[in-house]
Amino acid sequence: MSNQDIYVPQPATLLKKQPMTEYETFYEFKLDSGCELGHGPGQFLEISVPGIGEAPISISSSPTQAGIFQMVVRRVGNVTTALSKLGPGDKVGVRGPFGTKFPVDEVMKGKDILLVCGGIGLVPVRSAINYILDNRRDYGRLTILYGVKTPADRLFAEELAQWKATPEVTVLETVDRGDEAWDGHVGVITTLLPLVQINPAQTIAVICGPPVMYRFVLKELAKMAMEDESIFVSLERRMKCGVGKCGHCQMNDLYVCQKGPVFKYSEIKEVMEAI
Amino acid sequence: MGHSELTGELIPRHLNVRVIAKDNLETFLGGLREFGEVFGPVEKERGAYIYAQLTDVKNVVQDAQRTVLPPKKYLYPQKEELFRFSTQEGYRKPESVDKGRKILFGVHPCDIHGLSILDKVFAGRYHEPRYFDRRDNLIIIGMNCLPDERCFCYSMGTDWVEKGFDLFLTELEDSYFVKIGTSCGEDLVHAQAELFRPVTDEDIQLYKERVNERNKMFVNRVELANLPQILELEYESEVWEELGRKCLSCGACSAVCPTCYCYEVYDVLDLNVETGSRIRRWDACLFKDFAKVAGGHNFREERSTRVKHRFYHKQVTFVEEFGRPSCVGCGRCVTQCPAGINLIDVFKEIRGEKVVHKSAR
Repeated sequence: MSNQDIYVPQPATLLKKQPMTEYETFYEFKLDSGCELGHGPGQFLEISVPGIGEAPISISSSPTQAGIFQMVVRRVGNVTTALSKLGPGDKVGVRGPFGTKFPVDEVMKGKDILLVCGGIGLVPVRSAINYILDNRRDYGRLTILYGVKTPADRLFAEELAQWKATPEVTVLETVDRGDEAWDGHVGVITTLLPLVQINPAQTIAVICGPPVMYRFVLKELAKMAMEDESIFVSLERRMKCGVGKCGHCQMNDLYVCQKGPVFKYSEIKEVMEAI
Repeated sequence: MGHSELTGELIPRHLNVRVIAKDNLETFLGGLREFGEVFGPVEKERGAYIYAQLTDVKNVVQDAQRTVLPPKKYLYPQKEELFRFSTQEGYRKPESVDKGRKILFGVHPCDIHGLSILDKVFAGRYHEPRYFDRRDNLIIIGMNCLPDERCFCYSMGTDWVEKGFDLFLTELEDSYFVKIGTSCGEDLVHAQAELFRPVTDEDIQLYKERVNERNKMFVNRVELANLPQILELEYESEVWEELGRKCLSCGACSAVCPTCYCYEVYDVLDLNVETGSRIRRWDACLFKDFAKVAGGHNFREERSTRVKHRFYHKQVTFVEEFGRPSCVGCGRCVTQCPAGINLIDVFKEIRGEKVVHKSAR
């Protein structure tokens, strides 16, 4: 079905659903049209539940995984709560993909990759991780830093273990507060950065996490001599329409749904409302 | 020489203008119903004008001051259904929007500019079908108004129009000088040709006098030349904090603005809880939750940051995107602000000029 109207969603069917934490659930969908979503890592969709509304959600699967797309959604509002009540076979509406991508086919190629993720910031970055692993020869060393509040908030625990076991991949994790079973690192995400060795000229860094995280991570990356041109940030805003009209995601003159959510840091450094 | 859009042929300049006696105007408006529904300014309450359908052309106020809402309401309604859905069948592509032809009489130059700014916003990569379906069916008959103490279109370069209308009227003594802007405008005149007469040398003389007089009537001046740069330099100015304390976050300025276009989208279920509509409604960046995300973080929690965003979007960032401010100087926000915020004073303060505080109302 071709959609000429920019606001009308196309149907998709929920295939699988699995709780990941108390608030986050993993979903796998396919488009009813049988077409590929055609997204790139870092992009998002507008997901509709009829009668409830529409919400912007990051795509978590890599485009290398054909036929389906995956998301991890935190239950915080009307749409995400309604989504959590759906079961396999249920329908949702989909618009998109929208927004910019992590530059996996551009400047990231041939480089070492440093990914700094906080909380559900891992969700869109996972798309890039799996894309990189599926095209392993195109990239150098892959370092994944992942911080969550408590061990119970960790997403993709199995995949984290698989990534850790992959050669040329480093995964460092931290929690703000540990529990009895946690024997890993404790501290905010920035405490992981001194533990990694990077060659700044050969590295592309990506940051994705809660709004408060960026300025602290950026400061640490600057100390590590990372250039602003080599840092990419994925920013959260209220991307209501996805088509650069409704105004909610505006950050000074930038519509995050169009010019973002992935920005090269040097391009938004001077944008007052950005970081 | 003028240029006819229909034929592409050059037509002599004097054929582009006509004169209609004031006594003939209501007859002309009545006759326009052959072409579509006719709308124009009427007096809603004493001194408060609104655009309304002219079921009786005698209600039209030919010299109305600014209407409460700008004509954008005919292209981009305050609330509209985007499409229907059903929980069983999903989302249904909308039937085409109301494509009935509308004729809008008495549109002031600032509002004609306002529409051309909305055209830019709703075009682009994601072309807005509802807006342009209506736009294509809108006939505009402009009116050369006289400014009051709240108009600053002169400073915004929107006091005059060369295009964006089908016909454009300027008051002479007991008649109007009619400029024909499009082939459609030509048709409107042609259909009731007996109401119009050719332009005489005397008309031209009078027209020039009127236009020159009007230029001298603008009392408000905003220096636009380097305003974006000065605003950028004053991003951290105390003025914004002060405005944040004054502003009530009511969004009236956005609702009445000819170029404010932000919107909210939500679903409404029918009583059967099976079917429903997705609705789009005007929103305002002044509202508290405008930039709040689902997780609870509000990117513009402070009222001052919201007021500032509105000013900067109009005067700085819109210029970067589209090459001109999105403000057209119509004075509606100044008229409607319950807190008496006057943006002309705000710009003066930002420039470091002395402001004599006076009530906006």
